[in-house]
Amino acid sequence: MDNGAGMPLDSRVFEAMKQYFMDDYGNPSSSHSFGNAAKSAIETAREKVAQLISAEKPQEIIFTSGGTESNNLAIKGVAYRNRAKGNHIITTAIEHMSVINICKYLQKEGFEVTYVPVDKQGVVDLKKLKAAINEKTILISVMYANGEIGTIQPINEIGQLAKENNVLFHVDAVAAAGKVPINVQEQNIDLLSVSSNDMYGPKGVGALYIKKGTKIVPIIQGGGQESGLRSGTENIPGIVGMGKAAELAQSEMESESKRLIGLRDNLIKGVLDKIPYSFLNGHPTARLPNNANLRFSYIEGESLILGLDMYGIQVSSGSACTSKTLQPSHVLMAIGLPHEQAHGSLVFTLGKQTTQEDVDYVLELLPDVVKRLRALSPLTPKELLR
Amino acid sequence: MYSEKVMDHFSKPRNVGEIKDADGVGTVGNPVCGDLMTMYIKVKDNKLVDVKFKTFGCGAAIATSSMTTELAIGKTIEEALKISRAEVAENLGGLPPIKMHCSNLAADALHEAIKDYQKKQKAKP
Repeated sequence: MDNGAGMPLDSRVFEAMKQYFMDDYGNPSSSHSFGNAAKSAIETAREKVAQLISAEKPQEIIFTSGGTESNNLAIKGVAYRNRAKGNHIITTAIEHMSVINICKYLQKEGFEVTYVPVDKQGVVDLKKLKAAINEKTILISVMYANGEIGTIQPINEIGQLAKENNVLFHVDAVAAAGKVPINVQEQNIDLLSVSSNDMYGPKGVGALYIKKGTKIVPIIQGGGQESGLRSGTENIPGIVGMGKAAELAQSEMESESKRLIGLRDNLIKGVLDKIPYSFLNGHPTARLPNNANLRFSYIEGESLILGLDMYGIQVSSGSACTSKTLQPSHVLMAIGLPHEQAHGSLVFTLGKQTTQEDVDYVLELLPDVVKRLRALSPLTPKELLR
Repeated sequence: MYSEKVMDHFSKPRNVGEIKDADGVGTVGNPVCGDLMTMYIKVKDNKLVDVKFKTFGCGAAIATSSMTTELAIGKTIEEALKISRAEVAENLGGLPPIKMHCSNLAADALHEAIKDYQKKQKAKP
């Protein structure tokens, strides 16, 4: 149940990609028919991705190497293009590290960045966001949904706010695309990042939606591929795979999200009912269909992961002990959890292959794993051990 | 990521619990950092006849606590004071580098418990 870190490739996606490794290996920049076949494969994929997010035109989609590059292109591309207009960027405290670290980098380059706080459920504070806008503001960048705590942001309201104030609006939709409906036109989104491997597509491919008329500068210069915004020979099999993944995600979204929400809520309710001093992180309803982030007092996340792994259950954690920096997740800190609570958080990310039997299996084993670790912990109150 | 020995001590930790009439108790770490451990010792004729622990922390924290109790039981006070973090890690077949510092506190907790015992001995009339 750790689909957040890496999803398996859908076999139908692999089928679609296969021929572009060995048979149709043309370079789309070539004029001969071989090149044309590659070019048309890219354009079909572009249409599929455009449809997934209800873009007006396929040409508004630029293929990249993934969500991180899309975020880099969007934020740096807007920032450098609009330097003369202003140097202020607004984002939130719970963005993905790719957004946060780009913003930190830009701060060193002389840009001002406001990190708007979120409430206890991880929802961005709209009043503070509105108050942060000034005459120097050139960009608002807010994630569609948070992959760790699952909370979906009020994108419609933020889009409206950006439009009213004539500020560009970028949305990191890596965790949300293919899972919840996105309509960049109705939601007043100017730029939107998506990643292929977060919707059962291949790794190493992503896309950035750039609304027609939105001017940005490229961050990778070269032969001028992708309308000059992303030079470098196109990753044809990857792009084809992403297109197929987008198509499948769109056609299966309604039924799959309904199924996942059912499983997710069974898991959350089961855990909260069975395990005392367990809590849900993130918003109870405005959350990704596949995400359950749960926290258990008095114990630490990495030992929980190991305890579950012994039974073949894979999950991840916001604990410092599982990170390279030894810092607890900035997202859990931003929703106001004290360190020791953040350490005891587990992220369940459900996927296509997750069944009710899997959820039942977790509900059968998790209470014992928690109980065993609590029995070891000096923090556990005595009455809980009886 | 962890050695078999670490996983063995994590899944079947030895000497878990508290000693009600302990001769010395030592606590190190901090729940804020994600690791907190308490060691309890029972001393007879200058030897550690019983050592127990309680730990809040990651897999390495639990395994090092368990290993430390195994290494300590039966040793004299002087010998037990020589048990080092490195020795604990070595007996577990090594630890990931990032865990060597933050989660390898059990030897320190043992030394604290011994200091507590020695202080109590001195205070005795």
